[in-house]
This record gives sequence, C-alpha cells and structure tokens, in this order.
Amino acid sequence: MEVLGLLADGFATSLTPLNILIVILGVTAGLFIGAMPGLGSVNGVALVLPLTFIVPPTSAIILLAAIYYGAMYGGAVSSILLGIPGASTAVATTFDGRPMALQGKAGLALIAAAVASFVGGTISVLLFTAFAAPLAELALKFGPAEEFALVLLAFTTFVGLGGDDTLKTIVMICLGLVLSTVGLDMISGQPRLVFGDIPGFYAGISFLVLAIGVYGVGEVLYTIETARTSPAVSTARLRMRDLVEGIREMNKMWKTMSFGSVLGFFVGMLPAAGATPASLMSYGLARTFSKKPETFGKGNIEGVAAPETANNAASTGSLLPMLTLGIPGSPTTALLLGGMVMWGLMPGPMLFIEQKDFVWGLISSLYTANLAAVLINIALIPLFVWALRMPFSVLCAMVLVLCILGGFAPSQKLHDVWLIAGFGVAGYLLRKADYPLAPLVLALVLGPLMEKSFRQALISTQGDPMIFFSRPLSATFMVLAAIFFALPLLKMLRQRLSKRPAPAE
Amino acid sequence: MTNIFTRRGAMALMASAAIAVGSPGLADEWKPIKPVEMVIMAGQGGGADRLARLFQTIIQKEKLAQMPFLPVNKGGGSGAEALRYLKDKQGDAHVIMATLNSYYTTPIQTEIGVNIEEFTPLARMAVDTFALWVNVDSGIETIEQYVEAAKAAGGSWRMGGTGTGQEDSLVTALLEREFGISHTYVPMGGGGEVATALVGGHIDATVNNPSEAMSFWQAGRVRPIALLTAERLDSMPGVPTFAELGHDLEYYMQRSFVAPGGLTEAQQAYYVNLLQSLHESEEWQTYARDQALLTDFLAGDELQAYFLSEREKHREILKGLDTPS
Repeated sequence: MEVLGLLADGFATSLTPLNILIVILGVTAGLFIGAMPGLGSVNGVALVLPLTFIVPPTSAIILLAAIYYGAMYGGAVSSILLGIPGASTAVATTFDGRPMALQGKAGLALIAAAVASFVGGTISVLLFTAFAAPLAELALKFGPAEEFALVLLAFTTFVGLGGDDTLKTIVMICLGLVLSTVGLDMISGQPRLVFGDIPGFYAGISFLVLAIGVYGVGEVLYTIETARTSPAVSTARLRMRDLVEGIREMNKMWKTMSFGSVLGFFVGMLPAAGATPASLMSYGLARTFSKKPETFGKGNIEGVAAPETANNAASTGSLLPMLTLGIPGSPTTALLLGGMVMWGLMPGPMLFIEQKDFVWGLISSLYTANLAAVLINIALIPLFVWALRMPFSVLCAMVLVLCILGGFAPSQKLHDVWLIAGFGVAGYLLRKADYPLAPLVLALVLGPLMEKSFRQALISTQGDPMIFFSRPLSATFMVLAAIFFALPLLKMLRQRLSKRPAPAE
Repeated sequence: MTNIFTRRGAMALMASAAIAVGSPGLADEWKPIKPVEMVIMAGQGGGADRLARLFQTIIQKEKLAQMPFLPVNKGGGSGAEALRYLKDKQGDAHVIMATLNSYYTTPIQTEIGVNIEEFTPLARMAVDTFALWVNVDSGIETIEQYVEAAKAAGGSWRMGGTGTGQEDSLVTALLEREFGISHTYVPMGGGGEVATALVGGHIDATVNNPSEAMSFWQAGRVRPIALLTAERLDSMPGVPTFAELGHDLEYYMQRSFVAPGGLTEAQQAYYVNLLQSLHESEEWQTYARDQALLTDFLAGDELQAYFLSEREKHREILKGLDTPS
C-alpha cells in the first residue's frame, strides 16, 4: 500500500501542466525519430539532453523518458511500411509487419503494433511499480550461466518450428553465428575474421546493417522482380472499420501479449540483453506456441504483436537496473544515466530511498507517456499509410535511400554501406532459395551475448560445464531448451506414425 | 621524434600561456563546426564511461562549447576497437577519446598497428584509485581473512574484472604476487558489470574503482578491504591502504583525453582550453571528491611525457608478471 501512496505523489508531480506538455512533445518527437531508419531513441535522447538543463530534473527525465517511449512506438512504423527496421528494437517487427503491408493490411499492422506496444508498456510499468525492488534482486541473480541458458532457449524457439525447413533454419543460425564472431574478441582483444586488415571489421558487424541489408534492400530487389508489372505496391487505406477490426483481433491475442510483456520486461532488465533480444525471443516463443506456426513470416498479426509488446516492455525493464543498480540496460539508458548524474542524482541502490519524489515522478510519467504515445500513434496512422500510396517507382527509390542513410548514420562509415549492399544481394538470393532470414538476424543479435556468457561461465568454474545444470534458473532454461528442440522432432515422428497404417502402401 | 616533441612542447606552452593570461583568443583560433565525437575506450556503466558522460553534461550545462559532445562506447577488445578507430580518424579534429591505462597496455599486448605517440595528447583530468572489494555476505573484513579464503579455495577464487591485460587484471596479478595466492580471473564487459556481478554473487572479489562500487557499499552490499593508494581517501573513511598494512601495493588509473594524430596547434589548443575550464568547474571538483578521484591536471608536452613513461612502466609490469589469460 505504501507503493500506492508513493505513486499518487508521483502523479501529483507528473500531471502538472508543464509535465503533461512535456510528455506530449516528447512522445511526438520520439515517434518521428523512431520512425526514421538510422535514427533511434539514442539519437533522440542525445539531441535533447542539452535542452533538459533549463527545466527541473524531474521534468527533464520525464522528457527523456517520453522520447524513449515514443521512439519505441515509432520504430515499428518503417518496419511495417517499408520493411526497413526503424530502430534496432524493431527488427523482429519486419518479419510479419512487412508481409502484412504488402497484402494491403498496413493499417491493421500499425494498429496491432500500437496496441501491442501499449499493452507491453502498461503491463511492464505495472510490474515496475509493484515489484521494483525484488525484481532488481532477481536481476542480480542472473549470472553468465543463466544468460547463456536463456539465449540458448531463444535459439531453440527458432529451430523448433514446423513451418520452415529445420535444416535450413540451422544453416542460417550457423551463418549468423559466424558473422557474429567478426571483430575484436571480447576476452583476449585479438582481431578475428577481419579479412586481412580491413579496419571496418574491427568493430564487428552490426545486426542493424544486416537487417537493413537483407530486409530493406533484399525486399526491394525481390519486389522489383515480382511486381514489375503492377505499379502500385499496395492499396493501403485506413477506415474506421479497420480500427475496430484491429482491436477485435488484438483481443484474441491476450496470451501472446501478456507473455511478451513479462518476457520483455525480464530480458530488458538484464544489463547485457535489452529490447532487441527481448523482441526476437518473444517472436520466437509466439511462433512456437502458435497453432499455425507456418503462417508466421507471411503476415501473421501475432508476429507483429509479439515483438512489439516485448520491446516496449523491455524499454521499461531496462530503466530498472539503471535506477536501482546504476547499470544501464541499453545505450539509451546510459545517456539517461549521464543526465541524472549531472542533475546531482546518483543512481544506485540509495536512489529509491533518498530521491523518492524523483523516482515516483518518473514512474508515474511512464503511465502518462504510454497513454499519450498510443493515442498520438493511432491518430497518425492514416498519415503513415498514405505514404504507402506513392507510386512504386518513387517508393522503391526512397526505400533504397533510407536504407543507405539508415546504415550510414549510426557508424558514419562507408564500410557499412557496402556491407548493406552485399547483404541486400545475399538476402535476395537466400530468399529466392527459400532460406529463412529471421534466424540469421537472431543469431547475429544473440551470438555475441551467447559467446560471452558461455566463456565467462566456463572460466569461472575452470571448465566445468555442470554450472549450466546445477543452478536452478539456468537448469530450468536448459531443460526448456531441450524440450523446444525436441518438439518438432516429436511432431514429425507422430505424423509418420499416424501415416504408417494408411492403406495406400 | 624529438622534433615532434619540441613542436608539441611549443604548442602546450602557447596553450598554457593563453590560459594563464586569460587572453580571449589566439590569432588562428579554431572551433568545432560539427558535433564532437567522444570515444570511450570502455563499455557502459564503468568508471571511464561515467566520467565521459559527466564531462559531456558539464560541457553542455556550462555551455563550454558551441557544439555538443556525443559519447560513443567502443570498448571491444580491451580498448583495441577505440584505439584502432582513433588511428583511422587521423587528422579529424572532431573526434576525441577518453583514455584508460589500456591506452598503453593494449598496444603492447595486441598487434593492432597502433603507436600512441602518433596521437595528439590533450589533457589528463584525473587519476582514479583502486580498492579490493568483496561481497559482505562473505564475512571477509580484513586482508588476512581474504588471503586465507583465497588460499582455501585453491585457485578457484573468482576475481571479476575488465578485459584480460587491462588494469583490473594487472592489479589482480599484483595481488597474487604479493600474497602468494591465485585467482580464477573472469573478464567482463566493464566496471559496472563487474560491480553488479559481485553483488549478485557470481564472482568472489573485484578490484573496482571506488566510483564503480561506492553506491553498493553505501547500500551495505559490498565491502572494501584495502586501497591501492599511498594515502587514505576522505570519501572512504575507515578504509586502510595496503601500504599501511605493510604491503607495497600501489596502482592508479589515468583518465585523460587524446585526439587523433595530425591536428593543428589551434585545434589542440581549443581542446586543452576547454578541458582546463572543465577542470575548474564546481561540478567536476565536487564529483571527483565524492567519488575518490584525484584531479591532477596535466596537458600537452608534460602529458605526452607522462604517457610514455607510464607505457614503459607497464611494459615492465607486464614483463614481470604472468598476466592471467
């Protein structure tokens, strides 16, 4: 009950006219920043940080949090409309969002993304409000062994699929893992797979570059081939009916969305993980538990809802270790941390005790930011959809320009632009040969995390692999992973067995 | 090489003269015309990262520069990623880098084609301190108890730290040599990750900088055993130094800024001036006092000489030690 009192005080702070205005401005700015490929919440927060010194610290952090939230919503927009992930956290949203747009259901997909983000945001803020302190303790229990087991679990959800060819999935995961080892070795500092001495490879291959290449450029190439004769890529329109239908559709997905929210929140809390792995894991799990896994990747609305709930939940989750432990869970929270230090607030275990006003003002503003974001987002959907009605020849060129910009902006290296071009062609060819691309991206996102936690765990036990099974949390994950991996095999076996008595033979 | 030094010396003299007189500007004054990238040689949440982000915000708040400074973490491979990046940015005056001791140790240990003498030294902002930390649940309070526990564990005592060959692993090796103990060294991404791993019980000890573990100490989760400094620190009352316990262990971390090679004198002077005003700011002095940092400012030629002598010192340390791998 003490929590409710504190939250009420928080609302008293966050609902002042100035702070409401700040939330609306922040969310709108964040939405557009997130929707631009190459610009993400990091850039938004970095740009606005200097402005925050003219308002009181609580208002300042509310502004930054609003931008952060808005960008999480916005990332889905270009993923769905253009097939280019608007932000790294929205990579998984392209898997089903883009096919939906191609089927003329862009409006529905955008509504699904907005509602799912709202659900994810709300559930995670509720979790945050109720269990901030005990959850921070739980995050501490996550050591290298748990991290590794969790990542392994994420992989198995992608392997254990009925729809795609299992062998091809495994090949793509392996390819992604190889790409993830490019660059400097985290433990010894030696360069690996830098192809002679190409400087661009020292920093490794960013998965955003891969995703923009295979999805953005690859998609354009594929569409040029298939849609050469039909000039309009989609007949996207948005009517009130779509909105109603969207919300009705969402109603059927409570299970996926609540699961995605909880998962997203927890993965976001882990300092090494964050929103991108969270959204990919949520996508994989939704697919595993779906009755029709084969429709994923081909425009299943659940495939949009699952990652979008998770990435918003994760963005709330990553605030938790920043506030309670002083460890940022993502690059954006690292910037927020910098701001807090400047305002004289020292994040860490003492913050919740010494700076109650600030902490609860921030938490309550997450509620308002979330509500503002979903309303503004839905209001803007007609505008976004309208953009799709451009002639294909114009849209196509625009997408390519955005791909190049989006790849160049974060690192400002021409090297990445060449990589995007290469990955684009490779992605196009792989797609023609029916290789699934999602596992490739997943492997590049999770590969470094998996390698690091695996090596750390084994170093700390001097090579004894029992550490993965002797700790309760990690053992649970390992068992689940084994089950997920075995599931498709069992399914296949059962199908064979039921076919055998058929009289045809 | 001497040529470079004298030229740099002249530059530094000019810069410090400008500061001393407080003259508004040199004839060929230079200012950044776009945002300045502030590369951090380490991951997020560690001492270097916190400091760089603090500087960024002070620069913005006090309007010390017209252009924003944007921190970028390039912590891969014990800072090799950042060093390599700075080398590739030769002549680019819109990049500066926040350094750690891995500024000299990493090029010694890995073949990345970087010679730090080619970079432009700007200023040393602080010297950071080290302490030996344990989880309070371990019940360890003194160095004797620590040594006993580590010996009892027989090599499986887990010491967490930053990348192999970086400061934390050197300090660990120094401890091992002094006390005849051995650790299992677990490399992690950054000081922040190391501090939380200790609180979570995934490792048994750390040699974190005080700023990284301070808040956990205040919350009663971790305990400092002793400091690797010459004297006790005001911000850490009651914590002894190894020296007063009869062990000759001292190690510091420099926190400086450098720029790529090939900058003009005016460009270098701009940054030195900026960092000098940063050094004098109230916020920085307060933060440094609270977080047990020693704010010894050093710039230009003197700084380069300091870098090179430190590099030699580290070469000796590395040679004399079986650095954990």
